[in-house]
Amino acid sequence: MNTKLVKTIREAITLAGLKDGMTISFHHHLRNGDYVLNLVMDEIAAMGIRDLTVNASALFDAHAPLLDHIRNRVVRKVQTNYISAGIGRHISAGLMDEPVEYRTHGGRPRDIALGITPIDVAFIAAPCSDRMGNCTGKYGRSACGSLGYAFPDAMYAKKVIVITDELAEYPLTGWSIPEIYVDYVVQIDAIGDPAGIVSGTTRMTRNPVALVMAHTAARVIQNSGLLHDGFSFQTGAGGATLATAMYLKQIMLRDQIHGSYAQGGITGYLVDMLNEGCFRALLDVQCFDLKAAASIRDNPNHCEVGAAQYASAGAKSSIMDSLDVAVLGATEIDTDFNVNVHTDSSGRIMGGSGGHSDAAAGSKLSIITAPLFRGRLPIVRDHVNCISTPGKDIDVLVTQAGIAVNPRREDLRERLTQAGMQVLEITRLRALAEQITGTPAPLPPAGRVIAKVIGRDGTLLDTIGERKEEE
Amino acid sequence: MRRSMLFVPGNTPKMMTSCGFFGADAVIFDLEDAVSPTEKDAARDLVRYAIGNLHLCGSEVIVRVNSIETPMFHADLSAIVPQDPDLIMLPKTCTADDIQTLAQTLDHLEADNDLPTESVGIIALIETALGVENAFQIASASPRVKALFLGAEDLSADLHCKRTKDGFEIRYARTRLVMAARAAGIDVYDTPFTDVDDDEGLCADAALAKSLGFTGKASISPRHLGNINRCFSPTQTEVDYANEVLEALEEGKRQGRGAVALHGKMIDAPIAARAKRTLADAEQILKRGGTLA
Repeated sequence: MNTKLVKTIREAITLAGLKDGMTISFHHHLRNGDYVLNLVMDEIAAMGIRDLTVNASALFDAHAPLLDHIRNRVVRKVQTNYISAGIGRHISAGLMDEPVEYRTHGGRPRDIALGITPIDVAFIAAPCSDRMGNCTGKYGRSACGSLGYAFPDAMYAKKVIVITDELAEYPLTGWSIPEIYVDYVVQIDAIGDPAGIVSGTTRMTRNPVALVMAHTAARVIQNSGLLHDGFSFQTGAGGATLATAMYLKQIMLRDQIHGSYAQGGITGYLVDMLNEGCFRALLDVQCFDLKAAASIRDNPNHCEVGAAQYASAGAKSSIMDSLDVAVLGATEIDTDFNVNVHTDSSGRIMGGSGGHSDAAAGSKLSIITAPLFRGRLPIVRDHVNCISTPGKDIDVLVTQAGIAVNPRREDLRERLTQAGMQVLEITRLRALAEQITGTPAPLPPAGRVIAKVIGRDGTLLDTIGERKEEE
Repeated sequence: MRRSMLFVPGNTPKMMTSCGFFGADAVIFDLEDAVSPTEKDAARDLVRYAIGNLHLCGSEVIVRVNSIETPMFHADLSAIVPQDPDLIMLPKTCTADDIQTLAQTLDHLEADNDLPTESVGIIALIETALGVENAFQIASASPRVKALFLGAEDLSADLHCKRTKDGFEIRYARTRLVMAARAAGIDVYDTPFTDVDDDEGLCADAALAKSLGFTGKASISPRHLGNINRCFSPTQTEVDYANEVLEALEEGKRQGRGAVALHGKMIDAPIAARAKRTLADAEQILKRGGTLA
């Protein structure tokens, strides 16, 4: 019987010919429940392979053992789109000699396809696979829904190893990644902790500030001239961004507006909007909860898309190019509308662009929802600590105290004003924030560059400097 | 106008810094029931600074102080009055004497702090059976009294009855307070609806209050404010009708007619007064960036 099954991860690594200095890749669909990255890295370390580049679509705190592999020189370089705070603070403190290369969810597949960031061996965690490597995230006890971020790894890596905890009889139908790309398949006991992979349901926020912002954001969309039949939409799973979908749904159902599609990371709430006729399709690069994972399995109008089709600026087109409205968050925004989603207020890594700057650039209307202040810190600043998304791609800032429109979008300001919405200058919002919080002292100068922020077109947007823990 | 009033615990800085952004016509910084005895001092300081420094987007400032029989009463007023709040809410107001006591204290504090006389108003919180029975005397005890406010939770305890969602047990108190307040020529506010997640129940409760004659309604949750504001705002149809009424009266005056009819119905003084009130309310709402119902 023809098979690509090998007994162990070590055997697959050996067969793939992994050597010192090569590049390996991982996807993040198992999120904070992922076991695979750590299992693979432990095996590689035990085999004595060193100086690797890890290209991971995102790194979560569950991947903290990676820090030891960096210290022990198993890993020399990291390329990623997102790093959660638990790992980020060590990177910020100067753990790595080489700067982290940050890309966007669209920039990563672009650079993989163009050979700018070639991958030697891709390790693809798959909740279900057959012995020849036809695999998917839609089935299995670790089901995560879409495997979209792994598509470019499978297509372009020199060797592809699928790691699964549920082996299906050949042929697995309804695959996400077909066997044509796969070299080896390994079955292990568990690829992840289902509790950390997807949440049961994405809860709608009860935070009154988030709800005020969401209500305003929905009104901006309503009055933008874009909300009509055929409307397309992207939003996140966070408090105000998801709540914007809630208010938008009310408007769309009331006014009987039938949208074209919603895209991006998909939540159960967008599934409800699909099922109630607000959209004709969901284009899903990542499922955020069990409802979304069930929907992508059962509903043919809920389609899986790969990272390149989602957002690549190097593709002939991507769904970003047809996007009407994106609602996004920010950890900081400055008076030139530049947005930071990479670092916290002390300049330490706690995130990354993900699809932020792709959606901002691709959409006809990009809306940032952000509170005026978090805790004692103003969010609207003179200058952000890191430019994750350039201000030229941001159209509107929505805060609980009102909205500001980028001066580049005078047409939009006029539309919103005519609709009776009060538009403030962004400097006024900054002043309101600082009236409560005071003006924060500037950060002390950062040390050497520990991360580069590369835009979706490959240009260097910004760098992030070293911040020792005691600062 | 005050359609909605939002209770904000005086010991919650996070809530206090944002409370102006939720669309409440008034915020009530609470030093009484929402604050535990061990935090009374800290809350008093916080509220004092909040009044002077926070941007409240035009919301009126009301402070619920501790009641007269407590040792905190004078300390609260001494700290708060110099900040010139719009109104002091007096809990457990039972008699006209309670109002006189508060009014005299305010007289002294205003004089001591170079504030104009009677710059600080009073909202009497009626939450005892005695207070309900004395409602008119309380409402007319001082020109400082701008409104009565029904506190149904404490009242139902005093009545030895259970507080229910349909509010049958407070029906008498509601109508009695409306009657007393209107007789005294002041406003009257309904008790909060305490089930934060029941929007339908809130809307029904607010509509009932409006139908009885209440000016507005308090809330313990920012999420209730939109529905309360909608309920107590005039509709566009009401505004259009009010404009028609005033235009008809104007036209009648120009033609020297004593009696004026609109759509076959005589416009009498109460209709004219209501039309003026509707337009004044609508103007205020729109001026604050709000919308009509």
